[in-house]
Amino acid sequence: MSEKSKPKTRIPMPEQPAGERINNFEEVALGYSKEAALAEASRCLNCKEPKCVEGCPVNVDIPGFIKLLTEEAFKGAIEKIKATNALPAICGRVCPQETQCEARCVLGKKGEPVAIGRLERFCADYERGKGGNVSEKAIISEVASEKKVAIVGSGPAGLTAAADLAKLGYKVTIFESLHKAGGVLSYGIPEFRLPKAIVQEEVEYIKSLGVELKPNYIIGRVKTLDALAEEFDAVFLGTGAGLPRFMGIEGENLNGVYSANEFLTRVNLMKAYDPEYDTLIKMGKKVVVVGGGNVAMDSARAALRLGAEEVDVVYRRGEEEMPARREEIKHAKEEGISFRLLSNPIRVLGDEQFNVKGVECIKMELGAPDESGRRSPVPIEGSEFSLEAEVVIIAIGTSPNPLIFKGSKGLSQHKKGTVIAEAESGATSKPGVFAGGDVVTGAATVISAMEAGKKAAKAIDEYLKKN
Amino acid sequence: MSYKILKKEEVAPAVHRMEINAPDVAKAAKAGQFIILRIDEKGERIPLTIADFNPETGTVAVIFQEMGKTTKQLATLSAGGFIEDFVGPLGTPSDVRKVGTVILVGGGVGVAPIYPQAKAYTAAGNKVISIIGARNKELLLLEKEMREVCSELYIATDDGSKGHHGFVTDIMKEILDSDEKVDRVVIVGPPIMMKVGAGVAAPYDVEILVSLNTIMVDGTGMCGGCRVTVDGETKFTCVDGPEFDARKVDFVELMNRLSMYREEETAAKEKYEHKCKCGLH
Repeated sequence: MSEKSKPKTRIPMPEQPAGERINNFEEVALGYSKEAALAEASRCLNCKEPKCVEGCPVNVDIPGFIKLLTEEAFKGAIEKIKATNALPAICGRVCPQETQCEARCVLGKKGEPVAIGRLERFCADYERGKGGNVSEKAIISEVASEKKVAIVGSGPAGLTAAADLAKLGYKVTIFESLHKAGGVLSYGIPEFRLPKAIVQEEVEYIKSLGVELKPNYIIGRVKTLDALAEEFDAVFLGTGAGLPRFMGIEGENLNGVYSANEFLTRVNLMKAYDPEYDTLIKMGKKVVVVGGGNVAMDSARAALRLGAEEVDVVYRRGEEEMPARREEIKHAKEEGISFRLLSNPIRVLGDEQFNVKGVECIKMELGAPDESGRRSPVPIEGSEFSLEAEVVIIAIGTSPNPLIFKGSKGLSQHKKGTVIAEAESGATSKPGVFAGGDVVTGAATVISAMEAGKKAAKAIDEYLKKN
Repeated sequence: MSYKILKKEEVAPAVHRMEINAPDVAKAAKAGQFIILRIDEKGERIPLTIADFNPETGTVAVIFQEMGKTTKQLATLSAGGFIEDFVGPLGTPSDVRKVGTVILVGGGVGVAPIYPQAKAYTAAGNKVISIIGARNKELLLLEKEMREVCSELYIATDDGSKGHHGFVTDIMKEILDSDEKVDRVVIVGPPIMMKVGAGVAAPYDVEILVSLNTIMVDGTGMCGGCRVTVDGETKFTCVDGPEFDARKVDFVELMNRLSMYREEETAAKEKYEHKCKCGLH
């Protein structure tokens, strides 16, 4: 079929209506039916030189799996994806496809690109529905190695590295500081965007490859990196960027001010929304969320679902500059979140009981571009205004947790607290120690962490073959 | 994961000591550190100071008072039972070295974390003078154990049922006023006791440390719920502490922050107690 004869628009993804979904934590996007998936898959031109694959950080054979999908070879399709991507049910949901694979799709020039993410999700969910993950076992290398690899952190980087190394036949142990595996997939991204059952299924799949998981185990406290490097033949650090940033403004320690990390951890990992759980959370009628990324959107939408009546997102730049995915901004708007753009908090206001009662903000205008190329916001004198709020959530970014550096001789660190590692291999300044994901780049995306985990696994394999 | 409870005893009314099998924690633990536990899948994560640890047997002891829902539920568990999650050691260990003479002040369950410190300071060659206190003699913890690891031990009770009738800080002041050359004071107990103690010791030429117990979730610096202002700067109790220079701690903020969930905590406790009475638990 030629490009011209393909429908210009993609098959829409069914969603929970906004009015309904703000009352529950269930998934917003409901996934394609088989019919919808087949119809959408048939839009793919199966290009000879597919640009979409270049846009994928883990190089999934996109036309390959879509072709199998059109033939209704669902098992083959998911196997094709899993050949390079160990976490398709997750990537199909949280990857920013619109800036990666889908951004390169030829159909996107004159209409909407193929909904690659939705098709990936369909394949993964189809397999899950069939009690999937069994087909994978065949791929594990039969040449078992006696060499042991330690993975620090069970987020997307660590899980991907673990899966690839286990498939290559290495003995892999993952050390996780929290009681549950998944890192940001478990504590950060809410249930309504990424159901935790899916994360746990993917973790179980990685365990089925022979990977040992040690929860409640903090490298830097229980054992140092030096000791770990001694004990294992290679180490991969995928510890993420877990340290919350605060604004350093007056009133930030008042009761009711949360870091997004704490708020989301209480909600997602500790299930504060479920009355069966003991987790405590402060909620108010009015909530202010500070920041413009996905974490800010997640916090705002979670607050709404916990019963907040009015949620304001305060962001110092304009909507164009918001780092959040367009889809998340759209979902937030549909749900009734208000956006106070070009505004910045200057003070958190409290009452005599030390509780938050509002936020004083100042309006901003965009000045000259900064290092990141985005125009930096400058306060407009005399434009102060106040917002009422009983809860304030600070979602202005995170940096790597410095605990990993305790007892890590020779591990070089960037000024910003990130681990210095080679881009292609993840090799650090410490022999046998590799790193990747947010701990190297600072807070970024799930898929870029997976890419780093993948590259590091390859480099670790090469390193272990030589040493 | 689950961690076996090896021993449990009620050491004072509604105060329990539990020994838990946690070899990784026991091997790495040092005086001044704490753990976080979660009883079961639906439980909250609560921090408890390490009351004792033995790297050889792989055991860690905690002492807790029944206060809220979680500690009440924890008290219903017995030897042979299991705790779902038990993670540690957390926090920066106490800076234990030979400083000369150290006064250790412990109030209420604050005596529990003082005990490993007393052992460690004594082992490091210090003269250790400990002052332990409680509301009454029944609630006084670890008297015998403390006596074995300190050079001197003083006792104070609020009602005068044992030792000095009054506060532990009264005895501390007496020692600071005496000819004894004191190099360091460590105070662990309820925040109000630490605040008052820090105020009493402040005018003396002596280092004063307090060990804070704040609200926290992960214990690794990830949530920031444990923030405390020290010397005008926000610090995280879980990684920067729990020990801080007492003269620089904003105790008013600390106490306010500890009351953040008071209403929710009371409601949770009442709901739990009601369930227990109805035999639902």
